Amino acid sequence: MRTIRSRLITIAIMIALAIWSLIPRSTTVRVRDPVTGRMHDSTVRRVPINLGLDLQGGIHLALEVDQSKGPVADPKEAIGRAERVVRTRIDEFGVTEPVVQLVGGDRLIVELPGEKDPARAKGIIQRTAFLEFRITDMHNLFRDALPDIDKALRAAGVTAAGAATPNAVSQLFSADSAKQKGKVKKGPAAPDTSQNQPGALSSLLYQGGQPGEFLVPEEQVPAAESLLARPEVRRLLPRGIDLKWGTQVESRGARSYRALYAVEEKPIITGEELEKATARRDQMTNQSIVEFTLSRRGGRMFERETGRHVNDYMAIILDGRVQGQPPIIKSQIGQRGQIELGNKSLEEANDLALVLRAGALPAPLTIVEERTIGPSLGKDAIADGIKAGIAGVVLVVIIMVSYYRFAGVLAVLALVLYALYTLAGLSGFGFTLTLPGLAGFVLSIGIAVDANVLIFERIREELAAGKSVRLAIDQGFARAMNAIVDSNVCAILTALFLYQFGTGPVKGFAVTLILGVLASMITAIFVTRTFFMIWLQRRPTMQTLSI
Amino acid sequence: MRRLFTNTSFDFIGVRKYAYLLTAAFFIPGLVLLLVRGLNYGIEFTGGTLIQIQTSAPVDVGTLRHALDAHGLSGAEIQSFGSDRDYAIRARLAGASATGGTEEGAGTVAAVQATLDSTVGAGKYAIVRHEAVGPKVGGELRQKAFLAILMSFGAILIYLAMRFEWRFGLAAIAATAHDVLGTIMFISLMRLEVSLVIVGGVLSVLGLSLNETVIIFDRVRENEKKRLKLELPALLNLSINETLPRTVLTHGTSLSTLATLAIFGGEVIRPFAIVMFFGVFTGIFSSMFIAPVALMYIRRRWPTHGGARTASMPAARPAPAAARQRPVAADRD
Repeated sequence: MRTIRSRLITIAIMIALAIWSLIPRSTTVRVRDPVTGRMHDSTVRRVPINLGLDLQGGIHLALEVDQSKGPVADPKEAIGRAERVVRTRIDEFGVTEPVVQLVGGDRLIVELPGEKDPARAKGIIQRTAFLEFRITDMHNLFRDALPDIDKALRAAGVTAAGAATPNAVSQLFSADSAKQKGKVKKGPAAPDTSQNQPGALSSLLYQGGQPGEFLVPEEQVPAAESLLARPEVRRLLPRGIDLKWGTQVESRGARSYRALYAVEEKPIITGEELEKATARRDQMTNQSIVEFTLSRRGGRMFERETGRHVNDYMAIILDGRVQGQPPIIKSQIGQRGQIELGNKSLEEANDLALVLRAGALPAPLTIVEERTIGPSLGKDAIADGIKAGIAGVVLVVIIMVSYYRFAGVLAVLALVLYALYTLAGLSGFGFTLTLPGLAGFVLSIGIAVDANVLIFERIREELAAGKSVRLAIDQGFARAMNAIVDSNVCAILTALFLYQFGTGPVKGFAVTLILGVLASMITAIFVTRTFFMIWLQRRPTMQTLSI
Repeated sequence: MRRLFTNTSFDFIGVRKYAYLLTAAFFIPGLVLLLVRGLNYGIEFTGGTLIQIQTSAPVDVGTLRHALDAHGLSGAEIQSFGSDRDYAIRARLAGASATGGTEEGAGTVAAVQATLDSTVGAGKYAIVRHEAVGPKVGGELRQKAFLAILMSFGAILIYLAMRFEWRFGLAAIAATAHDVLGTIMFISLMRLEVSLVIVGGVLSVLGLSLNETVIIFDRVRENEKKRLKLELPALLNLSINETLPRTVLTHGTSLSTLATLAIFGGEVIRPFAIVMFFGVFTGIFSSMFIAPVALMYIRRRWPTHGGARTASMPAARPAPAAARQRPVAADRD
């Protein structure tokens, strides 16, 4: 009795876990704002199973360092630089969940679900990186201009959030509907247009720790961007000052912020003059340091500029994005300099060195593999897969129930759990479902009954040998065990090799196969066994078994 | 109780000469075909470009081919993809270019688009899939596929050597190699395009055939312990016969799901299902005829010394032996 109860509880927990991992949930994704065309974080509710590119459509690109126009000294390092650069541009693709991944040390994989235009994607990836050092707005010119900007915005009918005309609100936040409710509450309750009200732009900006640094709550970044893009704001920006977003999102308490920097328009030096950049950890002071070397010409320029800007902050900008927090210029720097990162990790220093090198040495990339799959194709494939799956299940159910009768019904019940566990495994471990994976799932429904068949045949043999029902079931399960374990281990071994060999779609097949084998072992050995135990307990004097 | 093939006593080992003949009848022409015609590698392996189009009105293959020829794409292959509105156009790379890139593919796409604009009409078709693979990636993949098959052989040999003994492992590998080779010939015979999915199919056939062999060998291992008096051929026959109902049922279900995949699964999956369908049959055949016979010869060549046959427990269970020795015809009920 107790064992049956604990088994049922285990099964119930597994079912609950499986269902929990399959229910639609809020997932943070980066989405494209239809108004501004910019990317921002948003939450959507969906079933947490990742679909491969072949099922949802999109572009898959594999790139390598182009060595056709002369050998590249260190291709591994070059592809690393390229990866860093493509990551910086990740928002430019305008797709929800882009993948940028280094494979095998010399190949860069870029996957863009939902993207349809390969030429545009290739353009973004292959564009040469641009690095520049700019002094931040040391005299707070931008901050001082904020009241005027707010005034101009108010004149144009834009006020702080919640107080504006409905038209302006919907224009600003239409893409951010998930967050809008919370925002409106925070704004002033009455739509009052009094002069004391906070300005539309300045209410979004919080002064950061250094001159020219502002923090914008992550969810208000699109609003700030659309305000900054307005002509009346652009006109009022102080001369010689430009605004650049930072790359990192900083968490402070419960909220996360993105940094916005006011920087001088003219760079003091660009990546062209940079020759070398390496990261190291200083043994004496235990800080992370990035050392860099400039060209002779660059050294002279840098010496002059840094001499004028001692104690100023210098933003490092790659492709228009400020990388990390701008360091302070402590003294005049010539051809060789170093950036001290304090107690930041060596990893961060390495990343900064990579950024510097990426801007200094362009890594020419060539596309070695390209796949573009239209979204309709994937939808058709899913529909076909579901059709095949249903037809397959019906056939398997007919075969099992007509052959094994009562025991067949138990096997079918176990099969339902098998399907549930396999899908939950895909979702829970974050694997990707691909088209071959879908086929593997359908196929594995047919193969999953194998363990049950092995057990049932053994039980039949034991019954034929004159054993009692209870003993036959016990020994049937015990004797089938060796065969089940050995054959399944072999199946998993081949699937593992398939996994390491294959690219995306075939990996998906291997994954469903491995999950399927594991799930079928659990359901056949444990779940079906429990069903039999319950049946035996209800009918302890049963002389025959419908099997 | 419904029964199929229960308590059979077919003489599998006795008819092995006929099995040899059957294998030879398939393998000799198959090998010749494979050597003469080779395999129809997909662009993943050769490098090249694939463009799948969907037209709004039915198009004739002949018209398309003619138009492509006229636009200088005479090497391209056109294949109907399920209906007369879906076509796949393939252009393989002639020789490996120095860069390993896919730049040539861009030209192909442009040429195909120009052709379709003039024959089908601009806007009346859509490119639903486009793949371009550089020769370097293709070459690598072929190597990796080969390596994956070899390495899984190695791993399985080690596992079976640990769980059974190395003679079983070797016999299982012989049977599985037979199936992998047979499946490759089948792919060549059917002119199926060797894509990544097909290689996945070959590896799955390997797993499936092995599974079958392991089930039979597991029974051999068990019977060896309890039936000391039986000679090896009789022991093998008994084991195959005992596992026969399971074979029929399991493969009944897997064949039915494969059939549904072949019928409903769509164009990408269909070749895979066909390969697996063949694989099920060759897997069963090799597990019943190749693996046990191989085990017999391996045992003869390298006999066991004081192994499982003598060291196991005494024959303490006469009852099941008596129950199963009756010669009974198939399907009594």
